[in-house]
Amino acid sequence: MKYLLTLYAAPGAEPAPGTPDFDAMMDEYMTLGQGMPGVASFLAGEGLQGVETATTLRKRAGKVETMDGPFAETREHLGGFYLIEAADLDAALRFAAAIPAARYGSVEVRPVMEY
Amino acid sequence: MRPKAALAQVLRQDRGRLLAALVARTRDLQRAEDALQEAAASALVHWERAGLPASPQGWLLRAALRKAIDGYRRDASLSRHREAMAALAGDEAAEPDAQAIPDERLRLIFTCCHPALEQKTRVALTLRSLCGLTTAEVAAAFLDSETAMGQRLSRARAKIAGAGIAFRVPGPEDFPDRLNSVLTTVYLIFTTGYVAGPEAGADLCEEAIFLARLLVALVPDAPEVEGALALLLLTHARAAARVAPDGAALPPAAQDRALWDMTMLREGERLLETALNRRSAGPFQIKAAIAALQSATPIDWPQIVLLYARLHAFEPTAVVRLNQAVAVAEAGHLEAALAGIEALGSELDAYQPFHAARAHILARCGRTDAARSAYGRAIALAVTDADRAFLAARLAALE
Repeated sequence: MKYLLTLYAAPGAEPAPGTPDFDAMMDEYMTLGQGMPGVASFLAGEGLQGVETATTLRKRAGKVETMDGPFAETREHLGGFYLIEAADLDAALRFAAAIPAARYGSVEVRPVMEY
Repeated sequence: MRPKAALAQVLRQDRGRLLAALVARTRDLQRAEDALQEAAASALVHWERAGLPASPQGWLLRAALRKAIDGYRRDASLSRHREAMAALAGDEAAEPDAQAIPDERLRLIFTCCHPALEQKTRVALTLRSLCGLTTAEVAAAFLDSETAMGQRLSRARAKIAGAGIAFRVPGPEDFPDRLNSVLTTVYLIFTTGYVAGPEAGADLCEEAIFLARLLVALVPDAPEVEGALALLLLTHARAAARVAPDGAALPPAAQDRALWDMTMLREGERLLETALNRRSAGPFQIKAAIAALQSATPIDWPQIVLLYARLHAFEPTAVVRLNQAVAVAEAGHLEAALAGIEALGSELDAYQPFHAARAHILARCGRTDAARSAYGRAIALAVTDADRAFLAARLAALE
């Protein structure tokens, strides 16, 4: 099954760039980009720029409206994602538990719709 | 036996086993439920007409397999289910008999108690799937409406199928945590019955004991499983003595021991000893050891204090600290107990047993005014009449 893992965290919750903790965290993200042998394979994944760069768009009565920032004011923002292939939810959860964001934010695990 | 009575008996006894066998084949809890329900309806018609089959369980499984195949045929995305249908057809053709139905209930209970489901849902789904309670009976246990409970159960089955919660016993790396989730669910079923009272809650307590016995059989030589069953037996053995004739709840030391079920108590003690001899401590064994000590005379309170300290290492909660403070008071160290209790005030302010324990210790320290107001708070928070009566009697004794 395919699972989308979305990473949420409060701004500034992760280690600051330039610190040894930050370097160690980036190593973990890079390693996860290779997948997790025997547990899940990596299909895609990206980190996102900060919410201050976000633009939200909606269309009402045929007219496009845009707004500065993300859709809703929440404490935790979407910061990146992984798309993985795993046998079942337990395997997907094991991959999710290895994502650094699980320590300073949270990871939502959602199965991908199959048509 | 009349067909209707025979069917009720088979479902009472073997519903969990039949359902588990069906889930093993359909990999879909909702389909398995629907198929078994349809098979049961069909059994009434056929058994009335042709008499009881040689193996009612085998008949039901076979009929349910056919109903499951029908269910797939009705499904719009038929092509996705070819593999499942072929497997079902193979099983159906093999004419299952009761003895040959493999016991898949361990996989089913691990699925129902998966931590990706809400705790209340785990309890409800386990009662419905393994114990064979009707949706109405499960709803009654939670004081929910049948509709709300039906929706909760459907959502849970849909999540299991949709999110890919596997129908299997977890691997060794996950096993201890997942087993704890299963045992906690069984324990919650028991405590739901316990809180409802010795009569109203007896059925739920017995369902929990049934599940714990099933787990002891399916997960042999596991000390925490034995510890959990021991805990339930040691507690349930005292059920008839828990409430005084006037309706007040009684602690073990004040109970009429003639009312205790000594056979059940001894079985619990033997199981606990077996578990402890395996030398791998865990929270359920510790709770069972505390329950066993509370049945002894005189009660060894210093030992209970130590056990609560060990329990706190596994379950670092304020409730464990509260129970420890109560044991400290019973061991005779009132001021130390009071200090321990006062430290929990902010966390447990809405918890009735906290105020009841605090009131009791204040009274024993001679602080009557403070005790009176703490009893008032406890009575205001009490849920059952037995608790209210017990607390009111304590308050009256202060005057």
